Amino acid sequence: MSDVAVRLAGVRKSFGPKTVLAGIDLEVRRGEFFALLGPSGTGKTTLLRLLAGLEVPDAGTVLAAPRRTTVYQEPRLVQARRVLANVTLGLPRSSRDAGRRALAEVGLAGHERAWPATLSGGEAQRVALARALVRDPQVLLLDEPFAALDALTRLQMQDLVAELCARHRPAVVLVTHDVDEALRLADRVAVLRGGTFADDREVGLPRPRDRDDPALADRRRALLSHLGVEPASALTPDPH
Amino acid sequence: MTLERPPAAPAPAPEEVATTDVPAASAPDAEAGDGELRVPARIGTRRRRPAVSLAVRTGVPVLLVAAWWYGTASGGIPPDVLTGPGAVLGALRELAETGQLTDYLLASGRRAALGVLAGAGAGLLLGVAAGLSALGEELIDPTMQMKRAVPFLALVPLFISWFGVGETFKIVLIAVATAAPMYAYTYLGVRGVDRKVVEAARGFGLRGARLALAVIVPSALPSILMALRISLSVSLTGLIAAEQIGASEGIGYLVTLAQQYYRNDYMVLCILIYALIGLVIDLVIRGVERLAMPWRGQVAAR
Repeated sequence: MSDVAVRLAGVRKSFGPKTVLAGIDLEVRRGEFFALLGPSGTGKTTLLRLLAGLEVPDAGTVLAAPRRTTVYQEPRLVQARRVLANVTLGLPRSSRDAGRRALAEVGLAGHERAWPATLSGGEAQRVALARALVRDPQVLLLDEPFAALDALTRLQMQDLVAELCARHRPAVVLVTHDVDEALRLADRVAVLRGGTFADDREVGLPRPRDRDDPALADRRRALLSHLGVEPASALTPDPH
Repeated sequence: MTLERPPAAPAPAPEEVATTDVPAASAPDAEAGDGELRVPARIGTRRRRPAVSLAVRTGVPVLLVAAWWYGTASGGIPPDVLTGPGAVLGALRELAETGQLTDYLLASGRRAALGVLAGAGAGLLLGVAAGLSALGEELIDPTMQMKRAVPFLALVPLFISWFGVGETFKIVLIAVATAAPMYAYTYLGVRGVDRKVVEAARGFGLRGARLALAVIVPSALPSILMALRISLSVSLTGLIAAEQIGASEGIGYLVTLAQQYYRNDYMVLCILIYALIGLVIDLVIRGVERLAMPWRGQVAAR
């Protein structure tokens, strides 16, 4: 049994004249939380779609552990089916109990028979998370799953995801443009820029992480500068 | 801050979920066991080459014609059951040489065009009105649903007593026949427009006709063009009914002729003409779709 859950080697992908991935090498270990940052349009989502099997690379190899699930920016629930049916979508009837447990884990016990349209944005996204968890993923692909949520719900969801990932230990690939989110959650943060990784480093700080920890502020500044945001920017609230 | 969670509901034990529930769901690449890394199974849609697509598209009609030709040429299908392609082409040549084919097509085309213009136009307006406002829905929908249940052929005797058997009768019959599907699909399409987008547009001060023209109709265009396809096919049925009576030209009249004189070649020719008209309608609407909905075909699920 290999220790690696995701392995990309020399992966290239172009759309028409635009090369979004120009030779990517990446390994994500089992249980590792990997966050991928990058300005929009740099191929973060393409990388995730390669892992999900939604795209094929032009060159290079994409390997991943077989049980993968994805949580997207929007919940993508089937509006015509109830919450529990959405969670166990495509699974046999016998998985309904597992579905109930997954709903309880995301704090939605009792909502099994609700219709997706009646849920708030955060609740719907938690259903999407339960739908991913019930499949006991070896690789959890998160495509900006918190981007559409309000700030408070986002913090709650980040805590929930951190907790669930710590418990289930899947390999996680989180695509985001939020530096703080990446630093809060990930074991390792990389920056995708110009089709390659401009930076790829362990965070190496204990959890839970304090946003005002000077070490974290240094990492944040470094990542922002990789993303093309100047250190003096108002994004780093330094009380000078 | 964490979300509350009953402590008595532990995480599903991995092996419990993995071995009993999951294999059916992630079947394609789960078989080699969990330890091995695999190339992700392709779940995205493939881009198909235009040539392949065209070959597949034309394959079934070409096969049907080939079977027809083979069946009649080999004597497997007697000529009084189904005439061969040769005889049908002969009938076509006969009609074309006398100029009747052009006359018939033009006469029918004019009736169908005027009928569809009036009928589908009315159906479109009513469908948008019913889809857009609760009042419109209450005013229009019950009547249109009842009207839809009345077969338009049942209106023929009444219309003849009102309009006689002339052109007016024919155009009104086609108009009434085509209004129903246009209404139903437009209504459906308008109801299906993203209500959040409509809310936003209302917030920008768009109301009534401006809202309909700027937001609703463009968004409902896929349904409306589908409705146009169906209205056009219904107009062909309408033509047969309308041109059975009081007509001396038209493709519906040709069907009546073939029946009266029991000419199998003309019967088959009529079917072929209808099939070709169907093909032309399809090509035209596809063209309109490309022009009117340029955002489609560039849509990726991302």
